[in-house]
Amino acid sequence: MLKITNLHARIEDEPEGEILKGLDLQVNPGEVHAIMGPNGSGKSTLAYILSGRDGYEVTEGSVSFEGDDLLEMEPEERAAAGVFLAFQYPIEIPGVANMYFLRTALNAIKKTRGEPEVDAATFMKMLRQHAEVVGVRSDLLKRDVNAGFSGGEKKRNEILQMAILQPKLAILDETDSGLDIDALRTVADGVNQLRSPDRGIVVITHYQRLLDYIVPDHVHVLVGGKIVRSGDKSLALELEEKGYGEALAAAGVASPEPALNA
Amino acid sequence: MATALETVEAYTGHEYKYGFYTDIETDTAPPGLDEDIVRFISAKKNEPEWLTEWRLQALRRFRDMEQPEWQKPEVGEIDLQAISYYSAPTQKEAPKSLDDIDPEIRRTYEKLGIPIEEQKMLAGVAVDYVFDSVSVATTFKAKLKELGIIFCSMSEAVHDHPELVRKYLGSVVPQGDNYFAALNSAVFSDGSFVYVPKGVRCPMELSTYFRINAAGTGQFERTLIIADEGSYVSYLEGCTAPQRDEHQLHAAVVELIALDDAEIKYSTVQNWYPGDHEGKGGVYNFVTKRGLCRGKRSKISWTQVETGSAITWKYPSCVLQGDDSIGEFYSVAVTNHKQQADTGTKMIHIGKNTRSRIVSKGISAGRADQTYRGLVRVLKGAEGARNYTQCDSMLIGDKCGAHTVPYIEVKNPSAKVEHEATTSKISDDQLFYCRARGISEEDAVALVVNGFCREVMDELPMEFAVEARKLLAISLEGSVG
Repeated sequence: MLKITNLHARIEDEPEGEILKGLDLQVNPGEVHAIMGPNGSGKSTLAYILSGRDGYEVTEGSVSFEGDDLLEMEPEERAAAGVFLAFQYPIEIPGVANMYFLRTALNAIKKTRGEPEVDAATFMKMLRQHAEVVGVRSDLLKRDVNAGFSGGEKKRNEILQMAILQPKLAILDETDSGLDIDALRTVADGVNQLRSPDRGIVVITHYQRLLDYIVPDHVHVLVGGKIVRSGDKSLALELEEKGYGEALAAAGVASPEPALNA
Repeated sequence: MATALETVEAYTGHEYKYGFYTDIETDTAPPGLDEDIVRFISAKKNEPEWLTEWRLQALRRFRDMEQPEWQKPEVGEIDLQAISYYSAPTQKEAPKSLDDIDPEIRRTYEKLGIPIEEQKMLAGVAVDYVFDSVSVATTFKAKLKELGIIFCSMSEAVHDHPELVRKYLGSVVPQGDNYFAALNSAVFSDGSFVYVPKGVRCPMELSTYFRINAAGTGQFERTLIIADEGSYVSYLEGCTAPQRDEHQLHAAVVELIALDDAEIKYSTVQNWYPGDHEGKGGVYNFVTKRGLCRGKRSKISWTQVETGSAITWKYPSCVLQGDDSIGEFYSVAVTNHKQQADTGTKMIHIGKNTRSRIVSKGISAGRADQTYRGLVRVLKGAEGARNYTQCDSMLIGDKCGAHTVPYIEVKNPSAKVEHEATTSKISDDQLFYCRARGISEEDAVALVVNGFCREVMDELPMEFAVEARKLLAISLEGSVG
């Protein structure tokens, strides 16, 4: 469903610094891919480019999603097509109730797809069910979007949004960062519930520990803007043990970074 | 993909929706301002002598005054001799029922989305239509009459309830209060009048729709609302004007009086023609609005959503004379393209334990410029007075301006006055977050801006809140950020 070919990209205002340098990735329906890499390897850049954020320029390569050129689409068109990004740092929108926001988003997507909108009562029922699963307290549904939420609450809220919008492709950008072990487990449970044969999931993470709970089918090591190694879940464990040093060296990038979890 | 700023420029195609002109016969006075014109207006309306004299007195005061220049927007000299001070749709006889109203005028109101027929049926909204300067019809009058509530045009009130008009006209905004109020006092042609008797809670929203139609005319309406002891009334005014190249002057005066334990809620959704994107044409909205909490425990609440006018210049205020009285001001002002607004409120604390609350939300986009100007004055005798002011500005793009000018004068040491102010820019992050969830860019702006204004929107009567939200979105269509 997602095919990234030889993707080169840089930040618009920094013509020198290419961040992605020929990235290839293919995600098929039903697969969970983990992309691991040290800080500055281009993980978040990849997530933002896939979701259509401003400020990045693709200089080479292509991204197709279900046969369409994803890079030509506006962010809202990508959302309607079924691409979802769980933000590393979810944004606050003061004055807009969380549940109102979610319903507006859901109905906007439905409208673009030419499907009937969901009425308030049906939506509430659906929202309560999903909120319980991902551990979002009902008072957070009434509060303003992400405003005053703790780090964990924000992340759970992202997973709630994902559960409501039912994307075909979900990209989780460092969803584990800032989570304690209980929150990590709930978030992972939420993601696991969404695993399905027709849905692709890309988990971007620095640490292996999330992958104890969301077990990936494929693991890729992103270093220096390229995927330098791919393997199954055992690769994640290997990285945990040895750190990124070897992979960095293989990519010709020197790094003083110590082994993970050391 | 466009940045917020690029979008500001990209969307400037939006046109003013209410810019149509209605072709009807009008009875218009020749342009110019002198005693003869004032007498002409008074005679046209068959007014009693005391009112003619009152107008002439106002004109004399007006002549000694000069157009003020202290406000931020540059107005330039307005040629008051070029304006016609009276314009009325011609009609052989006064309309007896809604069916007698000129079909062209009714079509205009239908275009505005307020068909009279429908309004008649609509649950609990009584509407007074002021077309150019003359009140066209007041619906629901009979029903209100049963409760003793008077809701009619000012002209009718002058004839039918002279004792009330005479007692209260100019009692809150005196003739010589300011330049434009003096002008209004001399030449006002119509407006709405409301009297709610003792202990009566008005069961429906009272509403007036103002529209300037004829070219080269000014609109000078005068509204007077009196809530007698223990009564309650909620009143809403809406305004639109056709699209014209020249500026049109709107200089209204609104006076509210609340006696003991009475409450008046006054809501405005103002959408006068703002001029084109280069600032050509548009309405000059120079309005004096003031409420007097005369009685103990009385309350006056202003809520306004301002999206139109080339220049808006007004300060709906509360004079808190009665002990324990309350004044509130909730405002959203949106300026886009080359619109300018200098607006705010005045809260004058005279009585003991008087309280006031000000929540002002200003949104500037395009090359617009906006100033919040507020005065909180606590007089010596206002023991235990309290004020809370919150003043937030949001900027969309990098060519607009927002200014906050709060004046605070406290003469009683027991007073507590709080002022909070913030200025923020609509952020690309917020918009991207919404869009990444499938919400289009324009809807995202409307969503974020509505969130920013929610405290004020929540104060609007339900049926108008929906309209106001849409209006907010439409006003920002060209501007998005």
